[in-house]
Amino acid sequence: MSAHDELHAHGDNHGHADDFGIHATFGGYLTGFILSVVLTVIPFWLVMGHVIAKSSTAAVIILALAAVQIVVHMIYFLHMNAKSEGGWNMLALVFTIVLVVITLSGSIWIMYHLNSNMMPHMMDTSNLP
Amino acid sequence: MSDMTTHVTPGSGGPTEQLLFHETQDVHPANGTLLGFWIYLMSDCLIFACLFAAYGVLGREYAGGPTAQEVLELPAVAVNTSLLLLSSITYGFAVLEMQRDRRNPMLVWLVITGLLGAGFITLELREFAHLISIGAGPQRSAFLSSFFTLVGTHGLHVTCGIIWLIVLITQVLRKGLISANKRRLLCLSMFWHFLDVVWVGVFSFVYLMGVLP
Repeated sequence: MSAHDELHAHGDNHGHADDFGIHATFGGYLTGFILSVVLTVIPFWLVMGHVIAKSSTAAVIILALAAVQIVVHMIYFLHMNAKSEGGWNMLALVFTIVLVVITLSGSIWIMYHLNSNMMPHMMDTSNLP
Repeated sequence: MSDMTTHVTPGSGGPTEQLLFHETQDVHPANGTLLGFWIYLMSDCLIFACLFAAYGVLGREYAGGPTAQEVLELPAVAVNTSLLLLSSITYGFAVLEMQRDRRNPMLVWLVITGLLGAGFITLELREFAHLISIGAGPQRSAFLSSFFTLVGTHGLHVTCGIIWLIVLITQVLRKGLISANKRRLLCLSMFWHFLDVVWVGVFSFVYLMGVLP
């Protein structure tokens, strides 16, 4: 490629090359921030104010709010959408989420059952091989 | 190029039909660096998934030592969370200034972001020092081991982010807002927001759920 070609290519891309396909807006960041503050304050208030007596209910609500907040961060701060990078961003994200869910739920599920089945009081010699 | 295609299709029916399917360009997204960095972040996400899983399994194994309810202090965590969340939005403002090619306002927002991040790390280190001083160090119980590993790994990431931020501020001061620097700033932006996403998991899963009775 000659020097002239390079200059020409640069001239063509000018104005588009520097934003790298990311179109951040003030409104987007502000929306994301306000939603994040709300989604952070609610779970802290639930726990610090002892609003919900039942631990399992509180835990489910905390996890649900965290999931919503992660989606908010993905959309408004990380600018995720199905079209960025020709869809490869989303593909990598979906693959990662699948692995994260398998790792987390699998570990906790297996170890929970391992604990509850291997406790001394559960030991039943007739089931042993 | 035409040479190659004729070699590839000797003897088959219509060579002109084959030529229609010959690709003259590699198919790849325009911004390879940002996509590559995103894939790095996803692999980092898997590291955190493993650490979260370890904490999920071991988080209630106190070994007769202090429980999460006794040692975790929510007010300090609330302050830490707000510092990190604020640093996310200030980095966002820096990116907005970068898009408008306004160097000095952008640098001011970057410095504020770095200071908020440093505040976060300071508070976290104070929490760690306090835990170790009352005998609740990482060697005390499985709960504390997994706690220190998970929260410490996140803190290490934030520390690396701050170092990277300082390097980038120096780069922008020396070379200005050139295209390469903008690309680097966008990579760090993704890194920084990603760490905030991980922190959402940490304060929900470790701190808030940890102190539930």
